[in-house]
Amino acid sequence: MSEKKKWLPRWFYQLASPRWSYDIMGKLLPGFALVALISLVVGTIWALLYAPADYQQGNSFRIIYIHVPSAILAQSCYMLMAVAGAIGLIWKMKVADMVAKSCAPIGATMAILALATGAIWGKPTWGSWWVWDARLTSMLILLFLYLGVVALHSAIESEATAAQSAAVLALVGLVNIPIIKYSVDWWNTLHQPATFKLTERPAMAPEMWMPLLVMVIGFYCFFAVSLMMRTRNEILIRERRSSWVKELVGKQ
Amino acid sequence: MSTSLVQVENLFCERDERVLFEDLSFTASAGEVIQVEGQNGSGKTTLLRILSGLSNNFEGDIFWKGQPVAEVRDDFFRELLYFGHHPGVKAVLTPEENLQWYAAMHPGVDGGLIDGALDKVGLCGYEDSPCHTLSAGQNRRVSLARLYLSHAKLWVLDEPFTAIDKKGVAEKEQLMLDHANRGGCVIFTTHHELAIGENIRRLNLDELAGT
Amino acid sequence: MEQIVTKEQSKSADESVLNLFWAVLKRDLMLAYRKKSDLFNPLIFFLMVATLFPLGVSPEPDFLAEVAPGVVWVAALLATLLSMDSLFRSDFEDGTLEQTLLSPQPLFIVVLAKVLAHWMMSGLPLTLLAPLLGVMLFLPAEGMSGLMMSLLLGTPTLSLIGAIGAALTVGLRKGGVLISLLVLPLYIPVLIFGTSAVQAAVTGLPLAGFFALLGAMLALGFVMAPLAISAALRISVSG
Repeated sequence: MSEKKKWLPRWFYQLASPRWSYDIMGKLLPGFALVALISLVVGTIWALLYAPADYQQGNSFRIIYIHVPSAILAQSCYMLMAVAGAIGLIWKMKVADMVAKSCAPIGATMAILALATGAIWGKPTWGSWWVWDARLTSMLILLFLYLGVVALHSAIESEATAAQSAAVLALVGLVNIPIIKYSVDWWNTLHQPATFKLTERPAMAPEMWMPLLVMVIGFYCFFAVSLMMRTRNEILIRERRSSWVKELVGKQ
Repeated sequence: MSTSLVQVENLFCERDERVLFEDLSFTASAGEVIQVEGQNGSGKTTLLRILSGLSNNFEGDIFWKGQPVAEVRDDFFRELLYFGHHPGVKAVLTPEENLQWYAAMHPGVDGGLIDGALDKVGLCGYEDSPCHTLSAGQNRRVSLARLYLSHAKLWVLDEPFTAIDKKGVAEKEQLMLDHANRGGCVIFTTHHELAIGENIRRLNLDELAGT
Repeated sequence: MEQIVTKEQSKSADESVLNLFWAVLKRDLMLAYRKKSDLFNPLIFFLMVATLFPLGVSPEPDFLAEVAPGVVWVAALLATLLSMDSLFRSDFEDGTLEQTLLSPQPLFIVVLAKVLAHWMMSGLPLTLLAPLLGVMLFLPAEGMSGLMMSLLLGTPTLSLIGAIGAALTVGLRKGGVLISLLVLPLYIPVLIFGTSAVQAAVTGLPLAGFFALLGAMLALGFVMAPLAISAALRISVSG
């Protein structure tokens, strides 16, 4: 029996055990949930009541306090999904696969939220519910990439095969995202005069970006909470025949 | 002391929510003919696919000539001949063309021996007929002709005798024994009654695999 | 123990890679030749899709001339997608794909040859048929060369990316629409620069930049797509 050289920290290998991951996520959940709740509540109140109104757009611009965090998260989530998928592929780690699978619907929701808030922003600003600007179009394509991963997961019956295929797809998407962004940006300059871009902001005053930062933190924590809850669910479903899960269910 | 070719340790595999086998360990050595037995659905085909490197849905370790298979994959494939459920033969090509393709994919196989191999499986005269004009049994024989062409040490054969007549079965059984005697190894499954029963080692999945 | 590869050894290794490439290419072309319907269906589809636009929107020459670059490109894109499912499916069903994966020969080369053969039977005929569509859609004559060059550079990339989708779904019974879902977002950059090249040709602007970009995407696809395709094939077969 060969001794594999371990050059990654011990907790990395411990994560491979679904049971250990389940437990550790259970411990982290309350902390993250609390931070998420506080940040989101504080951030929302700050954003709606105390941050100054934009001199051009008035109060409608406040939607960026949801739009920007959700856009940031939609992109970060994809990266996490691709990285988790890669870990699952390389180290054959089931928990990484489950994390990747749980990321997809959350990321898609974030993308939809970003698009919806973008549309809500667009209506009073531009007069129409949708405008084909570079950022929104890129976000739409990101949504398509997410939906592709979700579709692939649901089309393949074997969980292990589905996870591996989805990981390959996510990685291919990851490589393509910069290319897509570049080409959409370029396409946009071709077809629209260089007037005010929907999400372009001049340097923001601290009174504006501080509540934004709080909201971003709140969104990240909320994302962590949803991800952990989904992954824990996934662990329970996949490992339902093992003794510790049966014990857990039995206790309830 | 014969060299161990394939060594399997603590193999675990589940499919469709069912555990097929766990803690499965065994060694296949040069000169052995091993029949994998078990009830229908006990995972014989899955085991053979795992051994041949087609499926990686398993946990555990597999070694080829003492080294982890994943590290020596190309060498392993060079010495492997796999015969699966599908004949692996393209219907619109002729037997000759199909085996030429096989020779291109496995350097070391002599393309000049193709006609002789087809003759040995009883397909003399059919070399240039497209395979869709041949029967299922004949298609399988095209694939079996590889046994006469390949230099592979390890033969992994999943139901090789299906749709083959009695004389053909006897010939193939002898072929397997000869291959083992030359230092090769055969791992196979079959539903047929075998004449060479005493020379075979049996691996029964229902008995051997954990619980 | 160090092994120094002699000049003869490396030369014969190159030769065997070339031999392999040629053998796979020859075989796939032969297969396509014997099943000619696979060749014509995407071409007919290409023609029909382009016909839908004058019928569904407007046959006015001014309108059609303006949308012609985009319409021809979208039609080529959809026709390519339509033909992708057949790339690996037949090999999967008769067991030849398994044998390919068990070969000691580099899968990268085999995959590249297969995609090239597929492109020669789909993208290349589309490129050759495109001027006909251009004429039907009143594309100005200046745009024709841009149309053909952009398709010539772009359709191989479409085949390469499409092959990734085909490899991921080859194990499924109904791969068809799913491939489109997976692959269409990845097609968008090629579409954008392909149509822009044609539009630039029509208005007389320099095309070199567009061809450079399309060429770069093709080069990237050439190098990276076969890796993804090989990985996806192994995964699909192991399932």
